Amino acid sequence: MRPSTEPQPLSADAGSAPGPIVRFQNVSKNWGSNQVLKSLNFEVAPGEKVSIIGPSGSGKTTILRILMTLETPSEGLVTVDGDMLWDVAPGQKARETKQLRETRRKIGMVFQQFNLFPHMTAMENVIEAPIHVLGMGKAEARERASELLNLVGLGKHMNHTPPQMSGGQQQRVAIARALAMRPKVLLFDEPTSALDPELIGEVLNVIRNLAHTTDMTMLMVTHEMRFAEEISDRVVMFDNGGAVESGPPSQIFKDPQQERTRTFLRAVLQH
Amino acid sequence: MIWDNDFAISVLPLLLEGLWVTVQITLLGTLLAAVLGLVFAVLRRLAIPVLSPVVSFFVVFVRGTPLLVQAYCAFFVLPAYGISFDALATGVVVIGVNYSAYMAEVYRSGIQGVPKGQWEAATALSLPGARTWGRIILPQAVRTVVPMLGNYLIQMFKDSAVLSAITVVELMATAQAIGSSNFRYLEPLTLAALLFLAISYPASRLVNRLERRYAPQH
Repeated sequence: MRPSTEPQPLSADAGSAPGPIVRFQNVSKNWGSNQVLKSLNFEVAPGEKVSIIGPSGSGKTTILRILMTLETPSEGLVTVDGDMLWDVAPGQKARETKQLRETRRKIGMVFQQFNLFPHMTAMENVIEAPIHVLGMGKAEARERASELLNLVGLGKHMNHTPPQMSGGQQQRVAIARALAMRPKVLLFDEPTSALDPELIGEVLNVIRNLAHTTDMTMLMVTHEMRFAEEISDRVVMFDNGGAVESGPPSQIFKDPQQERTRTFLRAVLQH
Repeated sequence: MIWDNDFAISVLPLLLEGLWVTVQITLLGTLLAAVLGLVFAVLRRLAIPVLSPVVSFFVVFVRGTPLLVQAYCAFFVLPAYGISFDALATGVVVIGVNYSAYMAEVYRSGIQGVPKGQWEAATALSLPGARTWGRIILPQAVRTVVPMLGNYLIQMFKDSAVLSAITVVELMATAQAIGSSNFRYLEPLTLAALLFLAISYPASRLVNRLERRYAPQH
């Protein structure tokens, strides 16, 4: 018999109370002597739509890139949906493990530069991973892909290649491609920053629809403050490798508590 | 020495046979070089312990020694260790391996030219390594280097004359043999030069067209 004084294991009621879907515990990232993330603790609840704002170099994109395993943390623990993604002890090097590859499938990403495969049609871009990663049949993959391409308004462009499409169209294909993997968490890394101003709206519309109609968790780094205010459940202000302030958009944009947030918002909302 | 038309016409069939051997060496050699070079380039990029450095050293070694020396070693030295093939097979392998070292560099530049975002998109979709290479990276990398590979093909076509030194009876060796047995070099060597040109000139025009067609998309 165990002594009754022993603390209860933390996972005892893990099944009944859903924990955070994304969890950063004491995550640091160093580039040489430059510390991009400083022992960050950060959580996202399932289904939550979170926007991350802040100046360049504040570490906000690094969070997404560590989640997508495009960068390794120097130290710390990252879990997704309860599964380990990164577990790097101080002084150790991060390694790509089987566990990491399993967990990574729960995450999808939309890039600033779209990163579509230029030698493949929109359809081929979307069906590639479902067939070769999820093992989906070709017919089923094509059927789902055409649903998704219709959803992003590109039903007529399925057989076009990226060089034949506008930036806005390419980014919408990229969103369909990410959705085709049915991620639990979808990351957006400044999805409209590379677009001509008149093409931003069509991409924001697609993201807005997703935010309103799915229970997928969405994590977005953006400079579109009004859009962040409109679709987010929560906005996190980042500066200097850590979260300065976090709260509902109404609070962050109308009544920021921190001086750093106020100066940042004043600067970006001026024009 | 005055050009003898009748003599020239009489040796032409023999020279055409030599040309055919040269063409065969070039096509087979290029095929070998293109495949082997790709394997070398990928192995180097994968940074596998021991294997990748060995490949890197081999590439540097092959590029750093003359083709003629390599051909001599393969044909006259290796048989002493029990490895021997006929002159033509040895010639194709030597010139193919020699050019693979250069083509490995060409592929390497092509692979490096594929934007980092392509690798990142493949990672974000969890595509397996083999699929990422085979379907995403190499199709884009090879596309941009097709014209350079074409240039090497033309260069190999001319370089194959070196193999006459190991008794491969290609165009150059044929011309020399005709010359020495008839004491007339003007006609066979001139015709040999014209035959080389007849193939390499249209080939380089073709490569120019490929260059335009395969211009980088990014």
